[in-house]
Amino acid sequence: MTVVEEITAAPEVAAPAELPDQPRRIGGPTRSGVLSLFGAAASGLCTAVLLFGELAPFSGVLGFWVTAYVAFLAVYAVLTGLEEDGQAVRDRVMTVVLWTAAGLLFSALALVVGFTAWRGREALPHGNFFTQDMQAAGPLDPLTHGGIAHAMLGTLIMIAIALAITVPLGLACAVYLNQIPGRFSRFVRTIVEAMTALPSIVAGLMVYATWILGLGMQKSGLAAGFAISVMMLPIVIRAADVVLRLVPGNLTEAAEALGAPRWRTVWHVVLPTARSGLATAVILGTARGIGETSPVLLTAGFTAALNADPTNGPMVSLPLAVFNFVKSPEPTMIARGFGAAAVLMALVLVLFAIARVIGGRGPGHQTRRQARRTARASRRDAARFEELHAPTLSLLAPEPVTGEND
Amino acid sequence: MLSVQADSGRPESDRPRPVPRRPQTARGFGDRVFRYQLTATGVVVLGIMAAVGLFLLLRAGQALRARGFAFLTTAEWQPDVHNFGIAAVLTGTLLVAAVAVTISVPLAVGTALFISDVAPRGLRRTLVTMVDLMAAVPSVVYGLWGLFFLQQHVIGLSRWLSDWFGWIPLFKVDGTQPGQPLASDSVYTASTFVAGLVVALMVAPIQCSVMREVFAQAPAGEREGAYALGATRWGMIRAVVLPYGTGGIIGGTMLGLGRAMGETIAVYLIISPVFVIQPHILQTGSNSVSSLIALHYGDASDFGMSALMAAGLALFLLTLAVNFTASSVVARSRSGAQSEG
Repeated sequence: MTVVEEITAAPEVAAPAELPDQPRRIGGPTRSGVLSLFGAAASGLCTAVLLFGELAPFSGVLGFWVTAYVAFLAVYAVLTGLEEDGQAVRDRVMTVVLWTAAGLLFSALALVVGFTAWRGREALPHGNFFTQDMQAAGPLDPLTHGGIAHAMLGTLIMIAIALAITVPLGLACAVYLNQIPGRFSRFVRTIVEAMTALPSIVAGLMVYATWILGLGMQKSGLAAGFAISVMMLPIVIRAADVVLRLVPGNLTEAAEALGAPRWRTVWHVVLPTARSGLATAVILGTARGIGETSPVLLTAGFTAALNADPTNGPMVSLPLAVFNFVKSPEPTMIARGFGAAAVLMALVLVLFAIARVIGGRGPGHQTRRQARRTARASRRDAARFEELHAPTLSLLAPEPVTGEND
Repeated sequence: MLSVQADSGRPESDRPRPVPRRPQTARGFGDRVFRYQLTATGVVVLGIMAAVGLFLLLRAGQALRARGFAFLTTAEWQPDVHNFGIAAVLTGTLLVAAVAVTISVPLAVGTALFISDVAPRGLRRTLVTMVDLMAAVPSVVYGLWGLFFLQQHVIGLSRWLSDWFGWIPLFKVDGTQPGQPLASDSVYTASTFVAGLVVALMVAPIQCSVMREVFAQAPAGEREGAYALGATRWGMIRAVVLPYGTGGIIGGTMLGLGRAMGETIAVYLIISPVFVIQPHILQTGSNSVSSLIALHYGDASDFGMSALMAAGLALFLLTLAVNFTASSVVARSRSGAQSEG
């Protein structure tokens, strides 16, 4: 436990001059700190057991743990107070409280993910779950019939459409916000930031109002892709904007100083420098877009059949399939819902792992392969300059670095 | 350079006067095209965002004209007999969001402080990724978890709250008496409280990441100064991090509030919809604007669709107002913190 890693020295300890010279410990757990932590935990637990089992008519698992925790905090404060001053007691107690808050949040995350995977265990081992659609499977059929192939394909198609729209538009807009400052771009940034929390159902409603009611199109995968794009666009722009702001100014200034026009600076310096961060931004946006149910609910319609044509006929995505499965009272349908949810979670986790691998480096840091490629390119450049300058060094005006052939 | 040398040979008067260069001007044809294209994307994005509000307004016009002000004060939802309003669903939305924010903010502030100041250094990046991951977990997964796992475990807490605090109108549950343990569990299920709990888990990571970002910007010099004056870590947090992070806390809270109000699927899965103003958060039955839309879009007539659009417009305006306030608060706190370097 590192709960007590930072031990404060009470000022009066250091003051007397007759103490022998001793290096002060400024961190790390002390024995008494660890002991009082465990002692307090044990006594809190015992208090709760005593109260719930013997003394008071309390009941309930949640109440038990809350009581135990409160007793633990009180005992811990008293134990620390035996040898430290009030400041340090407050510090120790608050440290424990902060650990608790973080522990609660992260265990909730583990619980959500773990519960979904656990309930999905009934449906996932069946191979047909990944290869069939639900067309031939009724609600009462066992799990050996039917699957979510249609939803998986639908999710892929919808997210592909959404990416085809959001990646160029979003990245260009992020570059715009960074490269062309001014009142208008500030305004756009404000709007985009406010739109990052756009309720996803409103995005669906907007596409429903324009594409389906306004233009008279039918519900389709394309419409769902549009709805997901409207929802993803602000998220991607905002994340990419933050990343682009991190590109070191001296790199762009160096490019400008060499006389590069702005677009070359952006294309050859800014974007490559921020490449990993931009990829992360797009992937995180994708993870959000894949998981959204409500825009798809309004715009894609629902079907149990495999449909690979986004322009024609209803299409279903994974979250929508989950939603429809669990609305059914049949246990097999609910099992299918959890299976689909587990697949969706796995997809999001994989996207996150990719984002973590790509985005693990700050702007300007290269992998070994990228570094080798850059080194090769600069050797080529050096050779080229050598060739240009060696024979007629004094006659040629310096070649602009921004020539067409770099 | 050759040209420079040629210049310096000229007499003083011929030299071009030093004009301060305008670094923003485009150089050459390529740059001008580049600028126009980028500006065009900015306009397109702005247009898309504006279209959201515009088309909702256009479609909602019919219903809004038919109802006028009563749209805000009616609780029923019967668009086909022209008797509908968002009083009930709006109250439900706000209550769910309020429950969610009340629960999520302490968790988010605690976790953000934990990541920025308490957690072992090697662990911090992993924790940040986990918070981001938590924000990306699909809402339908949270909904499933709330429906099939959390709900049955929360009944005890709901019962305890209503037994002891039932005298507060908010925690009252009709049909139960304190000390009457025989009341059915089902009066506590599908309530605002359960939905709020689930939504709290969904918005806490968003709030946490905003707050952590701002906390991390609290100037290192002042942190060290506090330590040098003998402050404990908590003393330092109270004296430096929290004052610097106030804007982040407020802004993050409001961003979470915006998300909580817009949440659809998790709320839809958990609550059982009622169309009366339901102020008892522990009691079964609640509603929200977004789950109203999800519930009724399928069977809506033309006019019913217009009514749903009007409800969507109200939700949109509400979240937009909250988000605008939030992002301006965060932006202001950020710029203030940066001046310190």
